[in-house]
Amino acid sequence: MSTAHLELTGVGISFPTDKGLFCALKDVNLKIAKGEFVSLIGHSGCGKSTVLNIVAGLYQATTGGVILDNREVNAPGPERAVVFQNHSLLPWLSCYQNIELAVRQVFKNSKSKTEMREWIEHNLDLVHMSHARHKRPSEISGGMKQRIGIARALAMQPKVLLMDEPFGALDALTRAHLQDSLMEIHADLGNTVIMITHDVDEAVLLSDRIIMMSNGPSATVGEILQVELPRPRERMALAHDSRYHEYRAAVLEFLYQKQHRPAA
Amino acid sequence: MSNPAISEQITQTVKSARTAAFKRWLPNLLMPIIGLAAFLMFWQMIAGSINTSLGTFPGPAQVASQFSNLVDEHQREAKRETAFYERQQLRNQAQLSKNPEAKVKIRPYTGKPTFFKQIVTSLYTVMTGFVIASLIAIPLGIVCGLSKPLYNAINPLIQIFKPISPLAWLPLVTMVVSAVYTSTDPLFAKSFITSAVTVALCCLWPTVINTIVGVANLDKDLQNVSRVLSLSPLNHIRRIVLPAAIPMIFTGLRLSLATGWMVLIAAEMLAQNPGLGKFIWDEFQNGSSNSLGRIMVAVIVIGLIGFALDRLMLALQKYVSWDKSADLR
Ligand SMILES: Nc1ncnc2c1ncn2[C@@H]1O[C@H](COP(=O)(O)OP(=O)(O)O)[C@@H](O)[C@H]1O
Ligand SMILES: [Mg+2]
Repeated sequence: MSTAHLELTGVGISFPTDKGLFCALKDVNLKIAKGEFVSLIGHSGCGKSTVLNIVAGLYQATTGGVILDNREVNAPGPERAVVFQNHSLLPWLSCYQNIELAVRQVFKNSKSKTEMREWIEHNLDLVHMSHARHKRPSEISGGMKQRIGIARALAMQPKVLLMDEPFGALDALTRAHLQDSLMEIHADLGNTVIMITHDVDEAVLLSDRIIMMSNGPSATVGEILQVELPRPRERMALAHDSRYHEYRAAVLEFLYQKQHRPAA
Repeated sequence: MSNPAISEQITQTVKSARTAAFKRWLPNLLMPIIGLAAFLMFWQMIAGSINTSLGTFPGPAQVASQFSNLVDEHQREAKRETAFYERQQLRNQAQLSKNPEAKVKIRPYTGKPTFFKQIVTSLYTVMTGFVIASLIAIPLGIVCGLSKPLYNAINPLIQIFKPISPLAWLPLVTMVVSAVYTSTDPLFAKSFITSAVTVALCCLWPTVINTIVGVANLDKDLQNVSRVLSLSPLNHIRRIVLPAAIPMIFTGLRLSLATGWMVLIAAEMLAQNPGLGKFIWDEFQNGSSNSLGRIMVAVIVIGLIGFALDRLMLALQKYVSWDKSADLR
């Protein structure tokens, strides 16, 4: 491949605030290959969500730009699906209908009614949520909502899956379940994934590469860690793998020694 | 034969179930009845000691008897009306049998409208004004809620128009309707149009304002979902904005209908347009010894109808609301 699948070049952004322009990101450069699983890690407020929102097209970069498959990204679109931190399901629609809204929008010209129904069912199945298809978001647990949010994003067959702390609000056990599900799905479908996390174990377990971001203002890519653990990965087996612990230590060192923690 | 032990058990169960049901209903049913009874007693006590030029102020008993008078009047008037139409038809048939070419006239009955006719007129008028206002207010509110510049353009106008009393509008509306609505065979009476337009002018604002608030406060994340899905503007409104704003829209609609109903009675009194307001005004001008009792009947009916209209809107809100767990009241 001569050019990357997804490429961020010199991306910077400034927000107008009461005290003048606030430069949140400066000169972020990143090349991501097709099918790669990348996590963004960094202290809270450093600009991880901002990077993701720029790739999603929800924010417009002030300088530089994003190129996906040789085309510049300058508006949101379903080929860059987002899994939001707080699920963002429409509360007045059932789980099935939430996915249906996305499927109808993306496949209105290419799938028949039956094909769409089967596709929705398939995606519900993928996240093990077929049993709750007719439930409203208010009737299911936080982990289940996040599963539906992931199913909605996957059902759009995106080129890139963008996840903003998808499991941040969940308890440890639910989070482990969903991480396993996500690894299976990624192995099956081979989507390109950018995931924000603040959990070091999660980053090492799931990623091919970990992008460590320096603190803001003017945050940028600090270090990049290539995680060369063979797949499929087993969380129990990794607990005794010395490379796993080295990767973990490297991330922790970056976060807690090379970067000052911002005053909390 | 029935087993006495079992039948005893059944009686016990039924009894305890009844007590449980009674305990549940007690606060819901008993307290309002106590409140009502206390009010009636207070009214009765006070009424006897207020002397007006039209006699003492009517108590609950007089009002009840005036109500049954009004019912009787209505039934008498209804009989007279059917008799009138029967006579007219016989006359026309006789004319036609003599000369098949004859042009028969069908004249409408022109008796004095009864209390109940006036109720129907008022209800019809308020609903017309309310529906017209809602059809304008909801789309306007959605558009202004979505577009900040448009909101900035329209907000000052809303703030100025909102506090205007309907009675200030009335002379203007009357003159404009007279000038503009000049059909020789009008489908609607001018007085009806005047009342409905006045109601509509006052029903607009609560719905517009609440719809704007509901739409403008759309959750940022849901907005982003819509953007990522690249929903068309129309689908964005239909699938995201409208369902999210439904609770606020209904808050506005209920305020509007309540305002409209109050406004209508005042407008009917002032403009002498048919309806409950005119009924009250006519009774006031009449000044018979029964007038105060009859006005009191109208006052109570106005209250009951206002209450019923709000319950109707609440039922509709519960029906369309997606959040069935919300405590709507
Ligand atoms: N829309 C915005 N307007 C102004 N400042 C913003 C906006 N979005 C983010 N920021 C600022 O940019 C910085 C990075 O934010 P964010 O990307 O949300 O951090 P995080 O790494 O925690 O996701 C923060 O200081 C935040 O205050
Ligand atoms: Mg964030």
